[in-house]
Amino acid sequence: MTFINYASREINCKIVYYGPGLCGKTTNLQYIFDSTAPQSRGKLISLATETDRTLFFDFMPLELGTVRGFKTRFHLYTVPGQVFYDASRKLILKGVDGVVFVADSQEERMDANIESLYNLEENLRAQGYDLMKMPYVLQLNKRDLPNIIHTEDLAAELQRKGEPVVEAVASSGAGVFDTLKAVAKQVLTELRKG
Amino acid sequence: MPDTPILLREQQYHEIKAVLARLRMDSSAKVVFLVDKDGQEIASQGEVGSLDTTSLASLAAGNVAATGGMAQLIGEKEFPTLSHEGERESIHICVIGRLLLMIVFDERSSLGLVKLRSRQISNQLATMFKAVTEASNEDLDSPFAGITDEDIDSLFS
Ligand SMILES: Nc1nc2c(ncn2[C@@H]2O[C@H](COP(=O)(O)OP(=O)(O)O)[C@@H](O)[C@H]2O)c(=O)[nH]1
Ligand SMILES: [Mg+2]
Repeated sequence: MTFINYASREINCKIVYYGPGLCGKTTNLQYIFDSTAPQSRGKLISLATETDRTLFFDFMPLELGTVRGFKTRFHLYTVPGQVFYDASRKLILKGVDGVVFVADSQEERMDANIESLYNLEENLRAQGYDLMKMPYVLQLNKRDLPNIIHTEDLAAELQRKGEPVVEAVASSGAGVFDTLKAVAKQVLTELRKG
Repeated sequence: MPDTPILLREQQYHEIKAVLARLRMDSSAKVVFLVDKDGQEIASQGEVGSLDTTSLASLAAGNVAATGGMAQLIGEKEFPTLSHEGERESIHICVIGRLLLMIVFDERSSLGLVKLRSRQISNQLATMFKAVTEASNEDLDSPFAGITDEDIDSLFS
């Protein structure tokens, strides 16, 4: 939920990166972390298992700059992708202002994408939100791999409502900031509506 | 539709800070924070220094959310307080509606004292925050009302 503090002149919004296990959510955050000046971001916190899979969430606060004299800060979260962590996924969606769905472009991950997207809609609904009315971006990740589905086919399968579709290679950073920008823009536009 | 934004007015912010300051004194705590259940810091008071309060706020909310999930699995609504005692530094968290009151303390205080003082103040904080969320904010100029696409783009340049 957006939080506007008139005393400290700060605005805080929450963005969640969603998607199947190993699609590249943590890699998106890691790239943003690595390419942002230390004064504009906090620590990247990863609650991971010993095998380095995200257990609960990754979290990173990112300060984008000033709008009308208010410091604009985005709190970026990822969810764990594995099916059995559904309880933590639900919790992380609480108070969300915008969602990025990171799809894995590889053919063999198509079912996992569909299942995760369905799970997103369901978990949003459980919190009283509607994906159709939520600031939302679809990222098609891992475009560098050989066995991937054509962009048009992937978008046709996964796009829900004319949301922006961004092709990405999160591991090299391609499309990472375009994705963030596309979702942040919708969040701020939503706030303008009041 | 995301939730309606919470607008915290300057005066409300200073009133909340004053309550936190008193709690910190009365409980001999190092730091006292007020955090939203979604993980956003509302106000803090005390020896914040180099403490990464943003991360602490987010992890406190995650902690409360996770233990709340456990509570529901065993048929409880939620666990109203959580305490983590370390060798020197400890944390106590109270759930007050949609707020989390987090107190960081060391051997200058004790868990009993922190619990007592935070219990004594929780009603007051709940009332104050209710006023924040229920206030009509029509008179406040939203910083976004006049925002242009260029303003938004400039954030990313
Ligand atoms: N080839 C390639 N590998 C990627 C890309 N994005 C992420 N990866 C790799 O995919 C694996 C899983 O990524 P991770 O971010 O941990 O996935 P998460 O489970 O969604 O958080 C890691 O080994 C990443 O390096 C990409 O665009 N291309
Ligand atoms: Mg991860």
